Amino acid sequence: MSDNQQISGGEALVKSLEHEGVDVIFGYPGGAILPVYDPIIDSSIRHILVRHEQGAGHMAEGYAHATGEPGVAMVTSGPGATNIVTPLADAFLDSVPMVCITGQVPYAAIGTDAFQECDTTGITMAVTKHNFLVTEAQDIPRIIHEAFHIATTGRPGPVLVDIPKDIVDPTNARSAMNWYTATDADMELPGYHPVAEGDRELIRQAAEMIRDAERPVLYVGGGILKARAADALRELAEMVQIPVVTTLMARGAFPDSHELNLGMPGMHGNYSAVTSMQKSDLLISLGARFDDRVTGKLDGFAPDAKIIHVDIDPAELDKVRRANVGIQGDCRLVIEGIITAMRELGGTEVQADRSVWRSTVSGWQEKFPLTYEQSAPGEKLKPQYVIEQLRDGNPSDTIVASGVGQHQMYTSQWWEFDHPYTWINSGGLGTMGFSIPAAIGAKAGMPDRRVWAVDGDGCFQMTAQELVTASVENIPIKVALLNNSYLGMVRQWQEMFYEERYSEVYLQERVPDYIKWAEAMGCAAIRVEAPEEVSPAIEKANEINDRPVVVEFVTDARENVFPMVPSGATNSELVVDPTQQHLLEGEQ
Amino acid sequence: MSADRFHTIVTTVENKPGVLARVAGLFSRRGFNIESLAVAPTDDDKFSRITFTVDVESAPLEQVVKQLNKLINVVEIRELAPSDAVSRELMLITVSADAGHRKELMEIIEDWRAFVLADNSDQIMLSFSARTARLDEFEECLRPFGIAEIQRTGRVALPSLD
Repeated sequence: MSDNQQISGGEALVKSLEHEGVDVIFGYPGGAILPVYDPIIDSSIRHILVRHEQGAGHMAEGYAHATGEPGVAMVTSGPGATNIVTPLADAFLDSVPMVCITGQVPYAAIGTDAFQECDTTGITMAVTKHNFLVTEAQDIPRIIHEAFHIATTGRPGPVLVDIPKDIVDPTNARSAMNWYTATDADMELPGYHPVAEGDRELIRQAAEMIRDAERPVLYVGGGILKARAADALRELAEMVQIPVVTTLMARGAFPDSHELNLGMPGMHGNYSAVTSMQKSDLLISLGARFDDRVTGKLDGFAPDAKIIHVDIDPAELDKVRRANVGIQGDCRLVIEGIITAMRELGGTEVQADRSVWRSTVSGWQEKFPLTYEQSAPGEKLKPQYVIEQLRDGNPSDTIVASGVGQHQMYTSQWWEFDHPYTWINSGGLGTMGFSIPAAIGAKAGMPDRRVWAVDGDGCFQMTAQELVTASVENIPIKVALLNNSYLGMVRQWQEMFYEERYSEVYLQERVPDYIKWAEAMGCAAIRVEAPEEVSPAIEKANEINDRPVVVEFVTDARENVFPMVPSGATNSELVVDPTQQHLLEGEQ
Repeated sequence: MSADRFHTIVTTVENKPGVLARVAGLFSRRGFNIESLAVAPTDDDKFSRITFTVDVESAPLEQVVKQLNKLINVVEIRELAPSDAVSRELMLITVSADAGHRKELMEIIEDWRAFVLADNSDQIMLSFSARTARLDEFEECLRPFGIAEIQRTGRVALPSLD
């Protein structure tokens, strides 16, 4: 379309999304957004009709996690908007680039308590990187361009654009606008200047600290993935031969199979990952934010460690733990800068002697691997065993999305993540029900990749209806449902910290019937109860590609996630698997 | 209460609907206490100025400034420590002024260089502008006469001249 052609705001919105390179919108129509749904019919953009607006938001997140491109969701005003608040908050805490379009009542009706009116920009202010209320049709191309710019630059995050009905409705004179293709020059963002380049002097100081450290650890967070910095990280880690811990948000940013990878730190982290941070003299934090689930009780966290902290968001520097060197910048650029600075300082030959540290860490790795006891004959399946079989029965580039709870921790622990962008989960907000819609979004963005959702029965019951979306839209994801009939993580806390007083955590063994439910939603369904059935069921699920598959694994509710740092304890008080507890003597 | 506890943050923000709500919402959700707040237009109608006084014991000032900086509509932030700033606050105050106390009151007004804005047989309305601490003192001076109404603006500040 040529510039200056007169079109309606609704057409301009769809054109603007096309111009931004959007290929999929996850959405749900309704009164206020109706005029935008008409030009959608003629657009090249694929619209995926969800079954609940929360699903649209998590699909957009899953799409963004898997592809690196911003996910786009579109919903109507009022309840449509409030239903997508949870995914916005989720995307905000996990820095997921996402643009959400919401319909709004006509501009003149705003503030009158009109039908399906709510103060969407007011409600979402605290859970978006930024939001806009568009008041003139003429502003639509510019604001959409600004929204994508803000969502994808600096620290990525969700941006919401609220659009009153009158400026998109071709029957309303206020919707008339002269089309223009918005470019960066059109943007009016005088207060937004993300900084990507790190300060060279600080980078040099960081390199000197790395050179001199005797017990360093690379503490790697989700920022590595956002910055597409996995290759740079690997180059640095291999150059300096420093062990790496990958947080829950960074699983896959450094290969699990790499000898330098100690696995996940934090509340349910590997012993060697948690303990090496705890005993370290230098934490090199790259795109991580010293989350409470990683640090445990802050007073006792890594007491002897100096801190190098690299983050694109300067507000993360010194927020939780004061850094000796804090560098604002894009992780990839700063890591490349550190590599160069290390070379200038004389390369790896001049590094401190770390042979003792290396042997200490590998001693921990040998002594405290992740472990669990296999089920005895007649016992229910161990969830860890199911994850191991899933891992072994799928190619390493399989994308795995999880919900929130024990199954999430088991998956993070027992899957082997060897590629970036293969692990999708809700880390910051901890949103139950995330996995199924996130997996659908990932599969929509990466249709040639195999996508498994690992879900718990509590989570499944929150968002399972999106499997209808997956069936109807032909998005054949696979769901491993770990059904232990409990809210397992809450049950674990009640067992460990509430004297086994189980309050409102039992979900029922026979209701719902997941097989019937899955089949009713157009999925293939398989129930697995015995260990020898696990691998064949996974194989069978992998052969079905014309519809989604749900494999229900009936698992042992008594199983708990270990290691565990009890809430409020320091990371030195890590509780390991009961079978390893006796080995702790002399270690702590 | 140490005088250094209150720092002034002068922000230039885009003059758009909802910007004050963004700023106020940020303060409340991050647990920062605002001691006072003044909003006014600038010489450029695209921008407004929001001046806060924050209690730096309620939150590290550095975090307050960094979080403010993340708001897309906040264009510029200047942080003024008490020693580097000239700050003023304006007070309007209506005081009882019956015939028996009027002479004494007028002497105080003159001493403090307050302005009489309005006056009737029972009451006098004054304006007084000074540092915040001086406003507190002035208020205490007038209290014995009987304060009918009082309204303060919150402080505004500019950097001191060298």
